[in-house]
Amino acid sequence: MAVFQELKKGVLISLWFVFLTFPVMVIKVDPIARTVTWRWMNALYMAVGTFIIYTLVQFFIKRRGRSKPASTQKEAGSSVIHRLLDNPRRRAMLFVVLAVAAIAFPQLLSSYQTNVMTTALMYVVLGLGLNIVVGLAGLLDLGFVAFYAVGAYTYALLNHHFGLGFWTILPVGGLLAACFGILLGFPVLRLRGDYLAIVTLGFGEIIRLVLENWGEFSKGPSGISNIARPSLFGMELDLHGSIVFNYYLMVLFVIFTIFVVNRLQNSRLGRAWIALREDEIACQAMGIDKHRTKLVAFSLGAFWAGLMGVVFAGKTTFVNPASFTFMESAIILAIVVLGGMGSIVGVILGALILILMPEYLRGLSQYRMLAFGAILVCMMIFRPQGLIANIRRTYVYKKTPNDAQAS
Amino acid sequence: MDYFIELLFSGLTRGSIYALIALGYTMVYGIIGLINFAHGEIYMIGAFTAFIVATVLSIYGFPLLAIVIIAGVAAVVWAASYGYTIEKIAYKPLRHAPRLSPLISAIGMSIFLQNYVLLAQTSDFLPFPRLIRDFPFMEPIAHIIGSTDLVILVTTVVVMVILTLIIKFSMIGKAMRATSQDRTMATLVGINVNRVISMTFIIGSSLAAIGGLLIASHIGQINFYIGFLAGIKAFTAAVLGGIGSVPGAVLGSMILGLTESFATGYVSSDYEDVFAFSLLVLILIFKPSGLLGKATNQKV
Amino acid sequence: MKFTASGRFFSAAACVMLALSAPALSYGADTIKFGIVGPHTGDLAPYGLPTVAAAQLVIDQYNAKGGIAGKKIEILKEDDVCKPEVATNSATKLVSSGAQIVLGGICSGATIAAMPIYKNAGILAMSPSATSDELTASGNYPNFFRTIAPNAMQSPAMVDFAVNKLGAKKIAVIHDKGDYGKPLAEAAKAEVEKGGKAQVVLFEGITPGAMDYSAIVQKIKESDADTVIYGGYHPEASKIVSIMKKKRVGAKFVSDDGVNGDAFIKVAGEDAEGVYAAGPQDNADNPLAKAAKEAHKKAFNSDPGMFFENAYAATMVMLNAVEKAGGSTKLEDLKKVLQSEKVDTPVGKISFDQKGDAIGVGFSMYVVEKGKYVVAK
Repeated sequence: MAVFQELKKGVLISLWFVFLTFPVMVIKVDPIARTVTWRWMNALYMAVGTFIIYTLVQFFIKRRGRSKPASTQKEAGSSVIHRLLDNPRRRAMLFVVLAVAAIAFPQLLSSYQTNVMTTALMYVVLGLGLNIVVGLAGLLDLGFVAFYAVGAYTYALLNHHFGLGFWTILPVGGLLAACFGILLGFPVLRLRGDYLAIVTLGFGEIIRLVLENWGEFSKGPSGISNIARPSLFGMELDLHGSIVFNYYLMVLFVIFTIFVVNRLQNSRLGRAWIALREDEIACQAMGIDKHRTKLVAFSLGAFWAGLMGVVFAGKTTFVNPASFTFMESAIILAIVVLGGMGSIVGVILGALILILMPEYLRGLSQYRMLAFGAILVCMMIFRPQGLIANIRRTYVYKKTPNDAQAS
Repeated sequence: MDYFIELLFSGLTRGSIYALIALGYTMVYGIIGLINFAHGEIYMIGAFTAFIVATVLSIYGFPLLAIVIIAGVAAVVWAASYGYTIEKIAYKPLRHAPRLSPLISAIGMSIFLQNYVLLAQTSDFLPFPRLIRDFPFMEPIAHIIGSTDLVILVTTVVVMVILTLIIKFSMIGKAMRATSQDRTMATLVGINVNRVISMTFIIGSSLAAIGGLLIASHIGQINFYIGFLAGIKAFTAAVLGGIGSVPGAVLGSMILGLTESFATGYVSSDYEDVFAFSLLVLILIFKPSGLLGKATNQKV
Repeated sequence: MKFTASGRFFSAAACVMLALSAPALSYGADTIKFGIVGPHTGDLAPYGLPTVAAAQLVIDQYNAKGGIAGKKIEILKEDDVCKPEVATNSATKLVSSGAQIVLGGICSGATIAAMPIYKNAGILAMSPSATSDELTASGNYPNFFRTIAPNAMQSPAMVDFAVNKLGAKKIAVIHDKGDYGKPLAEAAKAEVEKGGKAQVVLFEGITPGAMDYSAIVQKIKESDADTVIYGGYHPEASKIVSIMKKKRVGAKFVSDDGVNGDAFIKVAGEDAEGVYAAGPQDNADNPLAKAAKEAHKKAFNSDPGMFFENAYAATMVMLNAVEKAGGSTKLEDLKKVLQSEKVDTPVGKISFDQKGDAIGVGFSMYVVEKGKYVVAK
C-alpha cells in the first residue's frame, strides 16, 4: 500500500514538472518565420526523468533515515578528516602523501592539468582569505573580487608603465588591497548582515566600473596585455616551465596561507573574530574593540585577495575588467560556504571541488554550467553546514594530568 | 524643463520595473530572511513564458487583446509555479541550516535556470511581440512619455494597490505579517507557516512575471540572461528602501530609477551604476537599515 | 564512518567525472584536430555558439568528401566564457589534447590572453570576431589571423560615411563599454575630430543588458545630434533604436559590424528600417553567404547568429590552407598558403597580409531597407 502511495506521489510530481517545464521545453517558436515546433518528446523525457530522480531521492532519504542513529553517534566524534588531523602520526602520514602528490603532480600530468590545478590553488588562497572575513568574523562580503582586481591591476599597471617585476609588486599589491579593505571597512562598519552584503557588492561593482570607464588610467575594457610572468631568480622561463613554476609557487602560497590563517585562528585576534561573529554586544562588554577587530579582518582578507590578484595577472599575462564580475565573488563565497565556514580543510576542499568541477565537466560541453548549478543546489541540500563543518575547539577536562593536553 | 520631465518619467518607468521585482525580494526576505538570488531568473522565466505564449497565439491569429491577457496570465501562472517549486526544492530543506547555505543554493539555482532556458530554447536574442501599441491620444506627448511607459506606470500603481490591500486586509496577508514578525509565535497561533511561505513566493514571483512581461514588451527583446542584472538592481533597491519593508521596496526602487536616469541625463551614463551604488552606500551610512527599514534593537 | 552517504556520492561523482574525461584522452591519431574556442555558456554565448555551427557545417562538407589527405577532421570544442583566465585554461586544454588549428577566440580580451599559449605550441589561430588592433598591429602574435577587419579600419569607414554621405554635423558617439565597442567608438570620435567637418556632441557608454535606455535616448535628443554612431553589438543597438522611434528622436543611426546581420533586423523589426551598419564588402549578394545561410537553416532549423559568416569563412580558409599544404598543419606551411592564395568565402574573396589581417575584408556601408541589409549609396 505504501509503495502504491509512493508511486502515486511520484507520478503526480512528474506531472507537475511536465506542466512546469511545458512552455520552455516543449514549445519552440520562430517569431520571424512564424513557425511553432512542438517537441512532445521532451515532455515525455521530462516525465520519466523526474520520476526516476524522485524515486532515487526518496530511496536515499529512506536509507539515510534508517542509518541515522548510527551516523549521529559518529558525527559527534567528528569527521574522518578531522580525526585524521587529530592523530599526530596519521597527520604526518597525510602530509607526506599530500606533499609527494603535490610535487609529483606537474611531472605526471599535462600542462593543462597543471594549469587548472594552479587556478584551483589560487582559489584555495582566495577562499581562505574570504574565510577570514565571512567564516571567522561573520561579515558577509559579496564584493571580495574588488580586492582581487586591485591586486591584479597594481601589477599590470606598474609592470606596464615602470617595468617593475613580479616579486617587487607582490607585497605592494597585497598592501594596496589591504588599504582598500580599510577604506571600505570604515564607512560600513555600522552595517550589519545583509546590508553589509549589498554595500560590499556595490563596492565591487564600483571598482569594476571605474576600471571599465577610466580609460586613461586602466586602458578600459581592452585591458592590459603582455604582463611579465613571474621570474625565477631572473631566469626567463618558457611557457611550460612557467606553468610548472606558477604551480609550485601556488603550492608554496597555499602552505604559507594555511600556516598564517591557522595561526591567526588560534590567536587572540582570531578568537576575537569568532566571538564577534557569535555576539557583538557581549564582545564589546568584554572589552574587544569592535571596530578595530572588524577592520583588521577586512584588511587581512583583502590582503590575500590582493596577493592573488598579482599572481593572477602574472599567470594570465593579461587583465581586463571582465575577469572581476560579481559572479566571481559569488563563486569565492560559494567555496567558503560549501566547504564549511571557518574550516580551513573545508575551504580547501570547497575550492578544489568548485574550480575543478567545471573544468572536468567540460566533457558535458554546453551542459556543464547546468550541471554545475544543479550540483551546487544538491550539495547545499545534502550538506547544509558545508562539506567539513568547522569543529569548535573543545577542552575536555580529564583526571590524569598527562592526558589533559588539548592540542 | 521638458528635458527634466522626460528624465523624470524615464526614471519612474525604470523604478516601476525595479519595484515589481524588488517586492519579491523584500517579501521573501521579510518572511524567511533569505536573499533569493534566483528571483531575477523567475522574472526572466515569466518574460520568456509570455514571449512563447504570445508568439504562438499571434501565429495562430488571435486578436491582440486576447494575446495580451492570455500571455499575461500564462506568465504569472508559470512564474508563480516556478517560484513555488524552487522554494520547495532549494530552500525548504535548508530552513534550519546556517544562514548562508540557502544563499549559495539560490546562486546555484540561478545558474541552473539560466542554462536550462539557454539549452531548451536558444542563446540568441529574440524579438518580443509588441503587445502594447501606441495609443493615438498619447501622440502629442509621445516624445516625453511613451505609451508603454504609461502602461508600465499605471500597471505598477494598480498592482501596488492590490498588493497593499492583500497584505493589509486578507487572511493570508495578515498571516504573512504575523509570520514575518515571529515565525514561532505564528505557528503557535495556528498559522500554517509553510503555506504562508509558499504564498509569499507565489505572490513575489507573480509580480516579477508582470514586470518581465512589461519590460520585455517595452524594449522588444528577450534573452536567457536578462534576469541577472535586473535581479541585482532590484535587490539593491530593496535594500535601499529597507529590506523586508514593502513600501520601502517601492520607494527604494523609485529612488534608484530616478538616480540612474538623472545621473545619465545630467552627468554621464558611463557612471550611472557608480552613482546608484554610491547613493546606496551613502544612505546606508546614515540610515544603516535602509530608508524605511526598522532599526531593530538587539536584545542582550 | 562518516563516509556513508556523502562519501559514496562523491566517489560516484568522481567516477562520473573520470568517465567523462576519458574520451578526451583517447583520440585517434589519424584525424586533423580542429579546435573551436569561444563562449558557449553564459551571457556571451550568443556570440560564440554560431561559430560552432559554422565550423560544423564546413567540416561536415569536408568529411563527407572523405576529409583532407585521407584524414577526417575532428572538432574539439572548448568554452572560454570570454574570460581571459578561463581562456588560458581552454587554450592549454586544446593544445594538450592535440588541436592542430584553432578557430577562435571570440572576444578580444580572451583571445589576447590565450594567444601566447597557441604561439608557444606553434598552432594557427583564426578569429572570426576579435577586432582589437593589438592582435595584429603589435606583431606579437605571428600565428594569429582573422576574418574580421580590425577596429582601425572600421571606424574610419563609419565616420566617413556619416560625415560625407549623410552630411552629419553633430554626432553622438555611444558605445557599450565592451572590448569591441569602446575602442571602436573612441577611434570614431578621434576620426570625427580629425576630419573637422563635424563635431562630437556626446560621447557616452551604456551598460549592456540594462533594462531601459530611455535616459540616454533623451540625452541624445537633448544634445541635438543629427547622427548617432554606435559601437557595440546588436541587442543594445536594437533597444536604442526602438526607444529612439518611441521617443520620436529622428537622428540617423550608424553602427558597426556587430549590428550588421539578420539577428539585428529580426529583433528590432520595423524599427530597424533606415539603420546604417558597416559590413564586409559585397556581402549582401554573395552566393556563398546565401548558401551558408541555407545550410544553417537546413541543419539547425533556425537563422544563423552573430559572426556566423566570418566563422564560416575562417573555417573555409583554414581548411583550404591545410588541404593545399597537403594535410600539413605546420604554421609555416599554412601561413604561406593563407598569405598567397585568395579564397572565395561568404565575406568575399580574401587572403591575408603579413600581420594576419584579411585583405579583401574592407567595409561597405549597408542600410536596412524593407527588412534587409542592402548596400547604402
